[in-house]
Amino acid sequence: MKMTETILLDHGSGGRASQELIKNIFLPQLTNPVLDCLEDSALVDTAAGQLAFTTDSYVVDPIFFPGGDIGELAINGTINDLAMRGAKPLCLSLGLILEEGFALEDLKRVILSIQGACRQADVPVVTGDTKVVPKGKGDKIFINTSGIGLVERGIHISAKNARPGDVVILSGSMGDHGITILGQRAGISLQGSLRSDTMALHRLVQQMLAAAPGAVHTLRDPTRGGVATSLNEIAEAAQVAVELDETAIPVKPEVAAACEILGMDPLYLANEGKCLALVAREHAASLLALMRSLPEGAEAAIIGRVNEGPAGRVVLKTRAGGSRIVTSLTGEPLPRIC
Amino acid sequence: MKYVSEFRDKKFIDPLVDELRKTIDRPLRIMEVCGTHTMAIFRHGLRSLMPEGLELISGPGCPVCVTSSAHIDGFIEVASREGVRVAIFGDLFRVPGSRGSLTKAQSMGAQVEVVYSPMDALTLAEKNPQQETVFLSVGFETTIPLVAATILEAGRRQLANFTVFSAHKTMPPALDALLGDPELRLDGLLCPGHVSTIIGAAAYEPLAANYHLSCVVAGFEPVDVLQAVIMLARQARNGRAEVENAYGRAVSWQGNLRAQQLMHDVFEPIDCQWRGLGTIPASGMAIRESFSRFDAEKRFGIRLTETPEPKGCLCGQILKGRKNPADCPLFAGRCTPLSPVGPCMVSSEGTCAAHYRYGRA
Repeated sequence: MKMTETILLDHGSGGRASQELIKNIFLPQLTNPVLDCLEDSALVDTAAGQLAFTTDSYVVDPIFFPGGDIGELAINGTINDLAMRGAKPLCLSLGLILEEGFALEDLKRVILSIQGACRQADVPVVTGDTKVVPKGKGDKIFINTSGIGLVERGIHISAKNARPGDVVILSGSMGDHGITILGQRAGISLQGSLRSDTMALHRLVQQMLAAAPGAVHTLRDPTRGGVATSLNEIAEAAQVAVELDETAIPVKPEVAAACEILGMDPLYLANEGKCLALVAREHAASLLALMRSLPEGAEAAIIGRVNEGPAGRVVLKTRAGGSRIVTSLTGEPLPRIC
Repeated sequence: MKYVSEFRDKKFIDPLVDELRKTIDRPLRIMEVCGTHTMAIFRHGLRSLMPEGLELISGPGCPVCVTSSAHIDGFIEVASREGVRVAIFGDLFRVPGSRGSLTKAQSMGAQVEVVYSPMDALTLAEKNPQQETVFLSVGFETTIPLVAATILEAGRRQLANFTVFSAHKTMPPALDALLGDPELRLDGLLCPGHVSTIIGAAAYEPLAANYHLSCVVAGFEPVDVLQAVIMLARQARNGRAEVENAYGRAVSWQGNLRAQQLMHDVFEPIDCQWRGLGTIPASGMAIRESFSRFDAEKRFGIRLTETPEPKGCLCGQILKGRKNPADCPLFAGRCTPLSPVGPCMVSSEGTCAAHYRYGRA
C-alpha cells in the first residue's frame, strides 16, 4: 500500500493505518525482540523476574465526558495494558502536556480524578513531568502514562497463545466508551444516557489467573478499533480463526440505538473497561461464573470460539442467521476517542 | 433494541428464506439501488442466506460514490480558501478528487468539520461570524429537503456567512438512464427506502411501465429486504412488472409532499455529472437564483472542471452493475478504504467498501 506523505488522523485510529505506520516507520528502525512482539505491554526479563512495561498517550476530546474524563482514562488504560499480559501493576508515571490558557480549575479536576483512579486501583503515580505549549499548539491537555508491572512465574499471556477450541469471553457490554464520546461530539442525547465504561481490570485478571492457572491463553482490552480489530490481531498473531455469535455479544440498548442513529457498528467502537479473554474450553464455564461474580465482569458473556482456520479470519454469525467476515478497522472519520 | 431486533431475528428470517426458495423458479438478477441496502445486506450476512440463482447487483445509490471528481476538486478549492470553514458528512472525508481529498486538505491546514445535520453547519456559521462556513452537500432526495430547510432558516436568521455547495442528485433520472442500458438485463429493482419516503412509491411507475420492470420499495432491516425480494420473485414468476411497496411503515404512495415542495422551492433541476455514469439530464439540483446568496459556487466563483476517471478503476462499470468489485484489478490492492482510488471504495456504503469489509472470501 502506498504511504501518504503526511500524517493523517487515520494514522492514530488504531486500525490499519496505525499498523502501517508501525510496520513501515517504527519497526524497521527500532527493531528488537521485545518490541517486535507488539503486545499491549512489553515483557522484559530481569534478575528479579519478568517485568511488564507499557506506555500510552491520551488526547481524548472532550476531556470530560459522561462516566469519566481524560485523567481517569489515562490511569485505567495503562493499568489495563499491563493487566492484559497478566502483570500485577506496580506503579505509573504521569506526563502532562498543557496548552497555555487551560483553566487551572479543569487541571485540578483532572488531577483529582487521577487521584481517585489511583486509589481505586491501588496503583500509585511515582514520577511525573509537565510541559506547557503556546496556545493553539496543543488542545487543552494531553496525558502520557507509563506503567510497570510484575508477571508472576508460570504466567504466559499472549495474543500468540490463542488456540483452536478456545472460548472467547467478553467481560461486559461492547461500545459504551466509543459511542459516548461520539454522542458527545455529535451532540445527541438519548434516554438511558450513555456512559463511558472506563475501569481498571487488573483485579479481575488476577482473580482469573489465580482460579485457573494456564487456562487463560490470551487477554486484550478492545480499545481503539474495538472488538473487531482486537480479534483480528489475535487471529493473525496466533494463526487461528475466530467465530463470533452476534446474538451472544452484549450491547446495551442505548448503545445499539445510538449506533443506529450514527451509522456505527459497535464491533468497531472503543471500550475502556472491557477485556477479551480467550480461554481453554474446559475452564470457560467456571471462569465466566467467576467474572460475573465480580463488578468488572458482571455482564461477561461467551461471544464466540476459536477454530483452526482459515488463519487470521474473524467471522460473525449474524442475528439473522447469515454469516459475514469481520475485518480490522481501516480508519474512519472518527473523533479522538482515548 | 425494541422494534429493531425483531426485524433481524432468525425466527422471522428463516420462514422468509424458505418462502423465497419456493418462489424462485428461474435465475433472477435484482439490483439494490441504494448503498444502505448494499451495506445492510452484507452486514446482516443476507448474501449467505440467498438461494442459488439469485444475483444481487449493487446500483448507483450511494450519493458520495457518484459525486464527480470535479465536484470534489471544487470542494477542496473552497476548503483551501483563507477564512473558510467547510462542514461535511463524514463519508465525504476521504473521497478522492483529481488532486487529493478533503482529508489531505485538512492535513495541509484546511478547516473541515464533520457534522451530522446541515443545521449543525448553520450553527457553526452563527458561532463563527468572522468566518465563512460552507456546507459541502452531497445527497439524494432524502437529504435535499433538509438542506432546503437549512437555507430557508439561514435566510430567516439573515446569515451572511453561510453558503451551500450543492452536488445534490435525484434518483429517478439516474435510474432511467441506467435502465436504458440494454446490457443490464435486470429482473427487478429493489427501490431505495429512504429516498422513497420523500418521492413516494409512485415515482417508480414510469420505470415499471417503460422498461417492463418489477419495482419494490424496501426497508433496510433483514426482514424488510427479504420481504421485498420475495415480492420481486413473485412478480417475476407471474410475469408482472408493477410497483409495490414493502416499506409501508415509512413510505407512502405519493411520498412526503411537503418535503418535495420545500426541495423545489429552493432547488431546480440541472444536468449533472455522475461519477462513472457520465452526465445525466436534469439529474442534479442547483440552488435557485432567488437563493443565490447562499450558493457557494457563486460566492466563491468556483468553476467545475471535468477530469478523467482514474486509470484502471472500474467504478463506473460497478455502479452500473456490469462488473463486480472482484473484477477490478485495483480492488483490495491499490484501492482500499484507507487509500481509495475510486469512489465505490470510499463511502462506507460504497459497493467496493462493502465487498472489502464484509465480502472477501
